[in-house]
Amino acid sequence: MEKIQVKVCLGTTCFVMGSSNLQELMELVPAKYGDKVEVSGSPCLSKCNIDWEYSRAPYVTVNNEVVFEATVEKVMREIEKQLSYAK
Amino acid sequence: MQNKNNQATHLKKEILIRTIKAFLTDDFPAKARLIPYDMRPKGCAVPFRCCVYKERAILKERTIAVLGFSIEEYDERISLSSYAQKALKRSKPETLPLTVLETACKGCVPSRIHVTDLCQGCVARPCTTSCNFGAIDIINGKALIDSEKCKNCQKCISACPYSAITKVVVPCENACPVGAIAKNEKGHAKIDFEKCISCGKCVSICPFGAVHVKSQIIDILKHIKENKKVIALVAPAIVGQLPYPIGKIKSAIMKCGFCDVMEVAHGADITTKHEAEDFKQRMRRGDKFMTTSCCAAYNELVDKHIEDMKPFRSDSHTPLYYTAEIAKKKCSDCITVFISPCVAKKTEGMKNPNVDYVLSFEELGALLVAKKIEVNNCPDVPFEVESSKQGRNFPLTGGVAKAVEVATNNDIVCRNVLVDGLNIQSIRELKKYAKNKNCEQGNLVEIMSCEGGCTGGNACLNSYKTASKQITEYASNGKCVNDIEIE
Repeated sequence: MEKIQVKVCLGTTCFVMGSSNLQELMELVPAKYGDKVEVSGSPCLSKCNIDWEYSRAPYVTVNNEVVFEATVEKVMREIEKQLSYAK
Repeated sequence: MQNKNNQATHLKKEILIRTIKAFLTDDFPAKARLIPYDMRPKGCAVPFRCCVYKERAILKERTIAVLGFSIEEYDERISLSSYAQKALKRSKPETLPLTVLETACKGCVPSRIHVTDLCQGCVARPCTTSCNFGAIDIINGKALIDSEKCKNCQKCISACPYSAITKVVVPCENACPVGAIAKNEKGHAKIDFEKCISCGKCVSICPFGAVHVKSQIIDILKHIKENKKVIALVAPAIVGQLPYPIGKIKSAIMKCGFCDVMEVAHGADITTKHEAEDFKQRMRRGDKFMTTSCCAAYNELVDKHIEDMKPFRSDSHTPLYYTAEIAKKKCSDCITVFISPCVAKKTEGMKNPNVDYVLSFEELGALLVAKKIEVNNCPDVPFEVESSKQGRNFPLTGGVAKAVEVATNNDIVCRNVLVDGLNIQSIRELKKYAKNKNCEQGNLVEIMSCEGGCTGGNACLNSYKTASKQITEYASNGKCVNDIEIE
């Protein structure tokens, strides 16, 4: 099975709008899912470029799914969802 | 430490960004007027309040606070565009740093003791017997408190074996360490500025986001637009607020239109040297202790509430004071903007003629977003004047005391006492030291209003944990404060 790729946007907009909280994912995810999920910080994912879309920052991608106004809980839920599909 | 990122802060930042974006267009008043409608367009979902009209009314008030005006004096009949014009015309920002949004505040109930559904209507009824004021009756098999008679003694709370009675708190009242904010008879929180030390704890805690900082961002942007020489003085706590090297943050600030960026960590070195000398003199003359003097909220606390502490507070000025002085000496017609981790520095800035404006980290962040500046893509440019390891460590708890200790060169033994956060308990301790003219735990007392020091400041963007890691790394590359030359 291919690993689920989680990318936390650490671009300026996402960071200002709250992605500092999401840095927790870097420790939480490997602890919970081991090598099934890979998490990394990413430079701007360019989701905020569409005008006014910054208001939905911070962004996280879980494979191809975009989680907007991301919180640790929202991202974990999306990971669970994708893991259950894979089964 | 409280989590700084929640929906209320997200909303406040969005208003800041929209207001700055409106300023950057060629029709600021018209664009400012539309902010509540752009955020809550016709037919949109209503996330927080009873209806879209109330949401817009509150968003309008939030925008007025960002424009720098008090909601206490706000006239509903005046449009946002007129307020925007007024902001453009004023020459001085308003003095008091905080304002309460009446419409947003109504959400919470006054503080009281309340019997919850967990009440079993038991036979023993320890609540009724514990109450000395006859305030509890059993009605329809459940305890009920007569608010007229209740004195909030909380005896019933500890008496109930079902934990069915609870104290409903008003978060702002509860968080304020000096009793400066309270709900009035109409149910609105009101700040008593005679007592307020502008620590900003009410701003961070209010779950309705009803306490706002009055921003000076428009005043600053106006000067930048007029091509004035606007210099940013960055607090040492800025390191680690964004996940990029400080040199990149420096050039990102210059890209916003500032003509220079100076490190207040250098001013911290000057503070350290003065404070070490001051400490040595005081100890030699037989004083039992000395407190630091760099935290603006602590200084307000001493000035307004602990008269007896004045003789024990160091006479040394704050790092901001020295940095602003250097900036004005270098260029007398420059406009200085302190970039700050907290609200309290706004009050300090307003009292210091060398500090023209104060911009918080949140406001700076909003400016970067509005201007679409990607900090990571900016060049990494070092500061002209090098700051010391100790100066760079100022924003962490214990950093100031440590710096003074290093600068005393072991002439006198420093026994550091760290007051990590002002609250009712720590203020009680401080009052005790002042009254007894003695602090048994040590002789050098460092006081930080925010838990974690400035890195835990209420306008910070990053979490304490990750930000402090970056500060420690940056500091480790600095020289010792004793090897730094000052003018």
